[in-house]
Amino acid sequence: MSAFAVASLSIVVVVLVAVAFGPDLLARARRRPRRMPRPTRTRLPDPGRELRAERKAEQLMRSVVGEDDFEAYRALGFLHAYGTAERGEVTPSYGYLIYPHKPIVSYDVETGELLNEHCVSFPDHTEKEHPERLPDADDVLARWMALRGDERGLIRAANMHLPGRQLDPGHVRRDIVRMSEWIGRSSPASHGHADIA
Amino acid sequence: MKPGHGDVTLAEGDPELAEDEALLIEAFRRQLDEGMWAAVPTIETGGKREATMVRDFADVPRDAERVIFFPPAAGG
Repeated sequence: MSAFAVASLSIVVVVLVAVAFGPDLLARARRRPRRMPRPTRTRLPDPGRELRAERKAEQLMRSVVGEDDFEAYRALGFLHAYGTAERGEVTPSYGYLIYPHKPIVSYDVETGELLNEHCVSFPDHTEKEHPERLPDADDVLARWMALRGDERGLIRAANMHLPGRQLDPGHVRRDIVRMSEWIGRSSPASHGHADIA
Repeated sequence: MKPGHGDVTLAEGDPELAEDEALLIEAFRRQLDEGMWAAVPTIETGGKREATMVRDFADVPRDAERVIFFPPAAGG
């Protein structure tokens, strides 16, 4: 048999097989369940790691803000910072309550009146897929350092709202009273003016 | 400050030593290039705690114990 005949016969056989079994194979392929996409790897929360990070952050805060303010943070759950004193002022007329991962609240030192909520965050730019947030104490310390070092810059970066947008004003007022009592109990020299609310 | 981790030491050295200073400057610039903010904690006379924001290594006081980097603030 010549090579041409063999090639022709092969083509004929292939075509016959395709005609005979093709539709059946196609139907079977369609009936096969589609393979489910593999689930993407999710990062499981590790409470141990978060706790260790929080402890480290608290030690850093303690070393930066000092023992008294750190103890106040541990007891009250927020840090306090005064605003910039105007010329001739001994004590600034306003201050801030710095909560972790919540708005910074400015208030009038003399009357205790709440002035504004300054919504600010420190988003994680290093992790695109699984952004994490700073431990609470680091978040508060970052706000405190930015307020002390560049108050206007931080306030400019923040979104400013009237009190009550995110935080309960009654709760914040109680925090100011708690802070005033705390300052009254501890050394006044380290905190300055203590007559609040 | 590293989100999810707490603080991480990036570089250590004595800025009075040229080799150490080069290392510190490189680490400083890398952080600022990544958009981080830098603050130097200070203690004023009388014990009052303060912080100074720095944008250039030359602004870091020579006697500063450390520079703390943290993510830049954004409106929340």
